[in-house]
Amino acid sequence: MAFEHILVTIEEALGLIQLNRPKVLNALNRAVMTELGQALADLEANDAVRCIVIYGNARAFSAGADIAEMQAATPVDMLRQNWIAQWERLRQLTKPTIAAVSGYCLGGGCELAMACDIIIASESAQFGQPEINLGVIPGAGGTQRLPRALGKSRAMELILTGKFIGAQEALARGLVSRVVPVEVYLEEAKSLAREIAAKAPVAVQFAKECVNKVFELPLGEGLEYERRHFYFLFSTEDQREGMRAFLAKRPAEWKGR
Amino acid sequence: MTYTALLYDQTDGVATITLNRPERSNAFDQTMIAEMIDALKTVERDAQVRAVVLTGAGKNFCAGQDLAAALDLYREGARVNFGEHVRQSYNVIIAKIRTIEKPILAAINGAAAGAGLGLACACDLRYAAENAKFRMAFIGIALAPDSATSFFLPRLIGLGRATEMALTNAPLDAPTAQQYGLVHRVFAAEELMPQTRASARQLAHAPTQSIGLTKRAFNRALSADLDTILEYEALLQDIAANTADHREGVRAFIEKRAPEFKGT
Repeated sequence: MAFEHILVTIEEALGLIQLNRPKVLNALNRAVMTELGQALADLEANDAVRCIVIYGNARAFSAGADIAEMQAATPVDMLRQNWIAQWERLRQLTKPTIAAVSGYCLGGGCELAMACDIIIASESAQFGQPEINLGVIPGAGGTQRLPRALGKSRAMELILTGKFIGAQEALARGLVSRVVPVEVYLEEAKSLAREIAAKAPVAVQFAKECVNKVFELPLGEGLEYERRHFYFLFSTEDQREGMRAFLAKRPAEWKGR
Repeated sequence: MTYTALLYDQTDGVATITLNRPERSNAFDQTMIAEMIDALKTVERDAQVRAVVLTGAGKNFCAGQDLAAALDLYREGARVNFGEHVRQSYNVIIAKIRTIEKPILAAINGAAAGAGLGLACACDLRYAAENAKFRMAFIGIALAPDSATSFFLPRLIGLGRATEMALTNAPLDAPTAQQYGLVHRVFAAEELMPQTRASARQLAHAPTQSIGLTKRAFNRALSADLDTILEYEALLQDIAANTADHREGVRAFIEKRAPEFKGT
């Protein structure tokens, strides 16, 4: 399927999605989100793809929702279009997703990045939820995910004032996992993606699911959830191979089963 | 943008920004602040510019904030919001000087005080005329340091000397400034601009991206630990190693000739 607002490429085991509306700082509208949802579904279904990287350009990952499109919408319009539901698709992906962020990462853009599993930032990255300045609030997870990353007080300040934070603060507070120079941020994200793509696929999927349960379950249930998945992996060929290879001091060859 | 408080010249890859309010010792008013920010953005964007010289017209380099021009900050009965003024002016200027990935030389032709001292300290190289004087000045009008003087001055000359300069407000003459390491070189007044221009022209033929990456590394190293810096250096080396100038440098080295760097 050809897309108009995003570019999708497959590089060996990586599915790469570039938001491609540079003139409007990759503003997210219904069309972009529909294409993004479709691309994610395609990559999820493609067995060759083991890890997904979403990125924009050096100047902007995404500056947020397309305000022009939303300005006159009624609640019923918003409900019917429900393009925020595409974020749910991102949440339900079994494959790891990495957001490679440079420049503006605001509003819906910030929510999109936070919906990914890992964020790699360039030194110029700026994160924020400025919806308050438009008389609304974040609608695609900002009020829920930002406090989980930054802690309540700092997240509350950002969401109530619309102020941005830079890459170094995002790193210090754990919103992003690495900050690197802008020239190499995409390569850094891809190389991390390649590293993950080379791991045992079933274990990767379970590990991702278990980490995400941190935000859903009380500790006891989370530990239980983790333990069951851990035991289950002993039914896979990859567990046998991984441990055999470790003892034989050779690299493992994963089968994905 | 046409400048009224600055002179802007661009020759042979060198941009020269001259603070041009000599009747006010080149002190900053709102116009000069706005023009300075604009001029710095211009040199940052213009790929033809590969080195920058900052200097002052007349007898002085820069006397810092022009207090007479800031009197509207002191309206009767109102709280003085100097913090916001600093955020929107000197903080922007100093941060720009540090992050512009080109060499910036200060030609300090006379007094550098307050924000003027901060401006000089933020530059990459400082050349001074022998009649130049350096003064913190803030305490003289019961203010605190700004323009990153509290950041750069102790790092350049040591905490003890910086504290003395700040608390006594005594001026430092050029030879002492050189002995302290505040300026790199001191020249006779008439030699200052020719010498600074010569250095700038030389730097304009240097591998500009290497210089930019060096500034980036040093900026980061001012507030990071060893492990962070080792990893950061590895990332920067990857960037440098993939520039055309690096390939030219290696080729020239093997061919035993002088490299011709293009800044790309």
